[in-house]
Amino acid sequence: MKAKLEEIRLEALHALEGLDELDKLEEFRLKYLGKKGALTQVLRGMGGLPAEERPIVGQIANEVRNQLESELEQKTKDLKEAALTRRLEAEKIDVTVPGERPGLGRLHPVTTVLNELKDIFLGMGFDVAEGPEIEYDYYNFEALNLPKNHPARDTQDTFYIDNTILLRTHTSPVQIRTMEKQKPPIKIICPGRVYRSDEVDATHSPIFHQIEGLVVDKGITMGDLKGVLDVFAKAVFGPETKTKLRPHHFPFTEPSAEVDVSCAICKGAGCRVCSYTGWIEILGAGMVHPRVLEYVNIDPNEYSGFAFGMGLDRIVNIKYGIDDIRLLFENDIRFLKQF
Amino acid sequence: MLVPLEWAKDYTNINTSTKELAKKMTMTGSKVEEIIELGQDIQKVLVGKIETIKAHPDADKLVICIVDIGTEKIQIVTGAPNVKEGQLIPVAVHGAKLPGGISIKRGKLRGVESHGMLCSGEELGLTEADYEGAQVDGILVLNEEYPLGMDIKEALQLAGEVIDFEITANRPDCLSIIGLAREMAITLGTSFKMPQVKLDKGYGNIKDQLKVRVDNKELCPRYTARLVEDVKIEPSPLWMRRRLSAAGIRPINNIVDITNYVMLELGQPMHAFDYEKIEGGTIVVRNAKPGETIVSLDDKDRALTEDMLVIADLNKPIAIAGVMGGANSEITENTKTIVFESAVFDGGSVRLTSKALGLRSESSSRFEKGLDINMTDLALDRAVQLVQELGAGKLVEGHIDELARPIERKSFCVKTSRINDLLGLDLPVSQIVDILTRVGLDIEDLGQEIKVTVPTYRNDIEGMADLAEEVARIYGYDKIPMTLMETSVAKGTRTQKDRLLERIKNTLTGMGYYEALTYSFTSPNIYKTIGYTDPKDYPKSIKIANPLGEDNSMMRTTIIPSILEVLSRNYNRRLDRCRVFEINPVFIPKEIPLKELPEEILTLAIGAYGKDYSFFTLKGLIEELVERLRLEDRISYIQDKHPSMHPGRCAKLLLDDRAVGFIGELHPKVADNYGISDRVYLGELDLDLLLRETNIEIKYKALPRYPAVTRDLALVIKKEITAGQVLDKIKSAGGKILEEVSLFDIYEGKQVADGYKSLAYSLTYRASDRTLKDQEVNQVHSKIVAALESDLGARLR
Ligand SMILES: [Zn+2]
Repeated sequence: MKAKLEEIRLEALHALEGLDELDKLEEFRLKYLGKKGALTQVLRGMGGLPAEERPIVGQIANEVRNQLESELEQKTKDLKEAALTRRLEAEKIDVTVPGERPGLGRLHPVTTVLNELKDIFLGMGFDVAEGPEIEYDYYNFEALNLPKNHPARDTQDTFYIDNTILLRTHTSPVQIRTMEKQKPPIKIICPGRVYRSDEVDATHSPIFHQIEGLVVDKGITMGDLKGVLDVFAKAVFGPETKTKLRPHHFPFTEPSAEVDVSCAICKGAGCRVCSYTGWIEILGAGMVHPRVLEYVNIDPNEYSGFAFGMGLDRIVNIKYGIDDIRLLFENDIRFLKQF
Repeated sequence: MLVPLEWAKDYTNINTSTKELAKKMTMTGSKVEEIIELGQDIQKVLVGKIETIKAHPDADKLVICIVDIGTEKIQIVTGAPNVKEGQLIPVAVHGAKLPGGISIKRGKLRGVESHGMLCSGEELGLTEADYEGAQVDGILVLNEEYPLGMDIKEALQLAGEVIDFEITANRPDCLSIIGLAREMAITLGTSFKMPQVKLDKGYGNIKDQLKVRVDNKELCPRYTARLVEDVKIEPSPLWMRRRLSAAGIRPINNIVDITNYVMLELGQPMHAFDYEKIEGGTIVVRNAKPGETIVSLDDKDRALTEDMLVIADLNKPIAIAGVMGGANSEITENTKTIVFESAVFDGGSVRLTSKALGLRSESSSRFEKGLDINMTDLALDRAVQLVQELGAGKLVEGHIDELARPIERKSFCVKTSRINDLLGLDLPVSQIVDILTRVGLDIEDLGQEIKVTVPTYRNDIEGMADLAEEVARIYGYDKIPMTLMETSVAKGTRTQKDRLLERIKNTLTGMGYYEALTYSFTSPNIYKTIGYTDPKDYPKSIKIANPLGEDNSMMRTTIIPSILEVLSRNYNRRLDRCRVFEINPVFIPKEIPLKELPEEILTLAIGAYGKDYSFFTLKGLIEELVERLRLEDRISYIQDKHPSMHPGRCAKLLLDDRAVGFIGELHPKVADNYGISDRVYLGELDLDLLLRETNIEIKYKALPRYPAVTRDLALVIKKEITAGQVLDKIKSAGGKILEEVSLFDIYEGKQVADGYKSLAYSLTYRASDRTLKDQEVNQVHSKIVAALESDLGARLR
């Protein structure tokens, strides 16, 4: 019996070693370990053994079974592993083939930059205010210290609907509307579309976008205006950016300034973008004219404020190096895709 | 304002380089646009003298000149017909440059060496107005003595620097040489002096010959005049012509040039009338009479209206006050006696008149900003001084001065601490007083306050803020320290609308749509283009009174045409698929003409074309959006007609029972108008309404704890019954335990009778508090089937 068991063991191990297909393993199991397998056959013959030998033979038989089972298990594992490896090898792909894209859209660059500016000013505590694009002359001009026949009205070529209603030439009327409704402290930005009757060319569009800021409170100074603009310019054009205020005139601010930022492209050395000056004019600003405050019943002896305004499209063009404002309104997908 | 620097130097010292001056002037408020260097394009052209002229051996039309240019004598071959021995002429020597990028080199002309070129006036860029004889056929013959070898730019005063300043509307005083010279002196801290005028005594008395009556003193607060006789009209001297040209004004004749010269120098527009054309020797300043006309100096017939101020004689207007003179009293070669006018007219009136006539002039652009009432008499005297200097005529003694009311200087008191407070500075009173004095204000220190008296040329200064600006610009904007205010509004917040808009835009771009921004203008013909057939159906629209052309004359009431243009543009550029949206207001008037501001409705327009796109792609997008706004339970879609859309493929969207927009496939005829032969899908939604109704409150709903039961339902039903009707029926019959209904198949064809369609649904049942029993589900399911059969004539498949 013992010899028989040993024979089975050797034969089975040999057979197992030669197997290289997963499907054949079951066959092997049935042949040696199954109910009708070789090992079972031997055990069945155990009845003919003397009683004292039975446990010994039984033990050997169990050893053989255990060994075969564990070898079979190992073999199964190996073959599975090998099969998986083969499959994975066969499934190799060319990862340089282009992907299948669901196709994302894009925000318009004006929106993208506006969002960026909003974030900057929201971070400094400004709220966002809006107003109508078709506006009363009163809000667009008169309350901003631009009475009828004021020569400075010429600098804002205006589209009129009739004598009292026009297309707003700036977002400043939103300042007036806000100050009418709200007492200081006021700290708002007003983004929006504005209209000027300029013929279209590379730098002019009869419709463009502005963003204005207004702060009114006790003790607001021109130093504060400089500080806020500096934070803004550094956030938009980079931490190295310098700002420069030059005296200017706007009827609704006094003192007034035009504001330049150092050219981000040449770092102030002079290049084509900045017309070799090292500076780029980006906005107008100033301290709110006392008469404007009086118009909205805010006492200029108690409160002061500053305001600033800039062309959003111009900021977009400077930021991305776009040389023609018309591109912003053409909406060529090949253009929009770039932002 | 163009300022020739040597002119400004008559009145101030410039102790720094032009570049530095420009920088400093910009920083004190007179922005320099450009520094122009005159004569840059003329190099190495010298004064020479023709010594001898010999015939050319091989050419009849050429001669050989020996020319003395001081340092040497050179041989030059020329074809000029007017050369004579002894002439002084401009010689372009070897290496010379002439206007137009021409360079001159030595060479041979028909075999004879020539070491340069004799120049014509034209070749030097000169006209007859610049130099007499500049436009003759041949070389320019100099009619004055100059040292031989002198640079021609020096001889003819062609060189020099001109600064172009941008002058803001509040500083009309700077529309003059003296105004800017004064600013230079203030900026550099140098001295400034006004022109010193001394007149030679005239004869006679102006009052015997000229009467002036100002009828409208409101519009003409001051009118001054002088009379000059024995006038000799001729070109003005070179220096005057050069100064005028450099400042951008074309020289004409001595009298006209003098009026322009004074205007540029002092900022006071002047006019000269031919005295003999003034009927009755009387000037009347009055409003135009009904029906009056005048031919202005530019030879145009101008119809005048009663609100326009004119200068008239006893019978007719002879000038439009402050705007332009009349041809009927113009200075001509035969003029013998002239009246110089120097007046102040109301700025608003001049502005209105010049706008109404479409006529702007150097004069009107100065008057409309408001002029110094103290300048008229100085200007008048300066003009006469120039007449005397030029020997252009004889002064009649005396002058007319019609002054409406005594001249007063504005005066007010201000606390200097308020100036500091506004600027964020802490300057001592003395420094503030110094600066204000430097800019020309009279300051009286009253201890707590200062009393400021403003010169008449600075009428823009009215109060504390104006003084603060004066202090800041002289002290230096760049020296004001940067600070950040501590206002009590600490944190900025986005509005709900703003946040929702961002959500919508992100959803749309995430699903492949590009944001477009287009003009809010459109053409009145647009409704026809987008499929409206009857003008009675056109939406009421707002017209712009002064548009940039008809195509941009109307405010849009829909974004659809703009979206179509974007699609069309991209289609033409061979893009095979395009998905775009725009969010902007449309303008809806309550009535035309407007009695109040129109409604501005924030509108979302979506457009798409391309492979695999269908009505249901667009509808799916809208469904996603609506869900994003948490409005999915309140939106319904009903079959609709729209002039722009495919008659069978258009849905109106309802929010509860309010119309909120439409979606659909574009009518092929309209697509054709935009040159698109693909199917186009469009939608337009009232975002204001959607955003107002949006439910932003999010409440978590517990996930189901009990299992669902699913039953399929396949129906055959009449074709005209809509999926929406079926859905409503299923939902109302299904009651509470019906959780979800999804339509997974629609079929028409072989196995279904004509006029019928098959619909297959999957119904999900679930209760939140128990596991449903089959029996319970069966009961409800049968109820649904029964309702579909009896109410909609459906039949189970
Ligand atoms: Zn640069």
